Amino acid sequence: MLDILFSDFFQRALVGGVLIGITAPLIGMFLVLRRLSMIGDTLSHVTIAGVALGFLIEVYPIAAGLVFAVLASFAIEKLRKAYKSYAELSIAIIMSGGVALASLFFTLGMGYNTDVMSYLFGSIYTLDTTDIYMVAGVTVVVIAVVALLFKEFFLLSFEEDAASVSGLPVKMMNMLITVLTALVVSTAIKIVGALLVSALLTIPVAISLLLARSFRSSIILSVIISELAVIGGLMMAGLFNLAPGATIVLLLIALLVITMLGRKGFTTT
Amino acid sequence: MEPEVQDCHQSIIQLNKVSFSYRDQQVIRDLNFSVKERDFVGIVGSNGAGKTTLLRMIVGLLPAAEGAIELFGTPIRKFKDWERIGYVPQKNAFNPLFPATVREVVMSGLYNRKSLFKRLSRQDQQKCDDALEVMRIQDIADKRIGALSGGQQQRVFLARALINRPDLLILDEPTIGIDAETQAGFFDLITHMHARHHMTFLMVTHDLDMVKDYLGESPVSQNGKIQFFVRHSHEIENCAEEDLQHSLV
Ligand SMILES: Nc1ncnc2c1ncn2[C@@H]1O[C@H](COP(=O)(O)OP(=O)(O)O)[C@@H](O)[C@H]1O
Ligand SMILES: [Mg+2]
Repeated sequence: MLDILFSDFFQRALVGGVLIGITAPLIGMFLVLRRLSMIGDTLSHVTIAGVALGFLIEVYPIAAGLVFAVLASFAIEKLRKAYKSYAELSIAIIMSGGVALASLFFTLGMGYNTDVMSYLFGSIYTLDTTDIYMVAGVTVVVIAVVALLFKEFFLLSFEEDAASVSGLPVKMMNMLITVLTALVVSTAIKIVGALLVSALLTIPVAISLLLARSFRSSIILSVIISELAVIGGLMMAGLFNLAPGATIVLLLIALLVITMLGRKGFTTT
Repeated sequence: MEPEVQDCHQSIIQLNKVSFSYRDQQVIRDLNFSVKERDFVGIVGSNGAGKTTLLRMIVGLLPAAEGAIELFGTPIRKFKDWERIGYVPQKNAFNPLFPATVREVVMSGLYNRKSLFKRLSRQDQQKCDDALEVMRIQDIADKRIGALSGGQQQRVFLARALINRPDLLILDEPTIGIDAETQAGFFDLITHMHARHHMTFLMVTHDLDMVKDYLGESPVSQNGKIQFFVRHSHEIENCAEEDLQHSLV
């Protein structure tokens, strides 16, 4: 039974999962703190539309999904400007557009539907070497950008006005975070699934917010939590033949509940 | 030809016929107003008079609909030296759950377009320690900002505004929600900074006692419901004398 953990496909899923386990909370932190958690969900739904189109026109689906997600991230920023104080409105519009397109492409491409499940809920079987290169490339880009702009992203998330008064390129930084989200989401959906990817962006962050005092420690903590859930969740998925998206997210929710209960026991600040 | 009495003080803020409206409501109309180096300007006016709007225009958060704004002699669109300006907004709109320590927040005053991609240096740490010390918040430096009282948070934001040793400090009702004793200490501190550290101040306040005490009984100008009280720098130090000192250094 343990053999599965040493199989090639599982090793690939593990490598991909560990990399996504770093990038998802890293980007998720800046989304949650700017109250834009829903962007992850929106982009994943749009990615699915791209993936469906990829199958239909026989293009590498993840690449098609990535292009869709990046285009959608530009559209979100544009709409965000039009509806200034209604950020969630632009998000809702793009999300429903993504779902509509996805269902359109899927119905056009009847017969490919066997693959749909794995893109919605994740799979440990589907990751190939190309996918691993994609995930690794995105990981390098995300870590490099966040490391270069760490203090600026901090100020942007803490108080956008202060970043603006300091002469920082606020619009460009907002755009950059959204595009990075698109990259992470579109490469993560094969493992975690489109419906659950935003949980990996947000729940580790939510847990770390309950525990950490400083920004630095909350980032580190959220990555540790997400790795625990990804590695544990992938193993459970492999051993019991379950969808990894489900096991990872349920583990995260269990960790969240434990943290909340533990915090009640001895409250700290 | 007899030269006019020369003004040795640089123009810090210059507003020419500035107007601003939110959609259909005009808040500021035809405002002319200038602040010279080392002036202390107090802005007083009832709620909704447009004081916050005015400050937000001056720091570039709102574009003037009409008229021209200059900072340090440069049109605001071309102005780049934002580290010369410290700004403490009326309400800091941060999320109380935000995981940031006092030290991290104060440090963020150093992040601007010139520090892009640069790592923080030992001097930066020192600047932060100095700012914490000036505001007497060293002992809470590692506390989470959201866990502090309103008065403590206000001092943190002031420390952040001071960390760059700005030439111009802009404060929007800095003592709101702070007890009277802390408030008095706060005014002592900023008047001291004004007198000793050659900073220019632009402060919105409801504290008329402080204004009249330090800036005089009557406003020097008025626009709509906004009144400007000014203490000019040459009342503190004589211009010519100061030029002499400059030439000695
Ligand atoms: N973002 C905004 N959108 C629309 N109206 C606003 C906005 N901010 C302020 N106002 C209006 O502009 C007027 C001036 O507000 P403000 O500058 O905050 O006044 P003050 O700081 O003097 O109390 C008020 O009538 C207020 O209702
Ligand atoms: Mg105000």
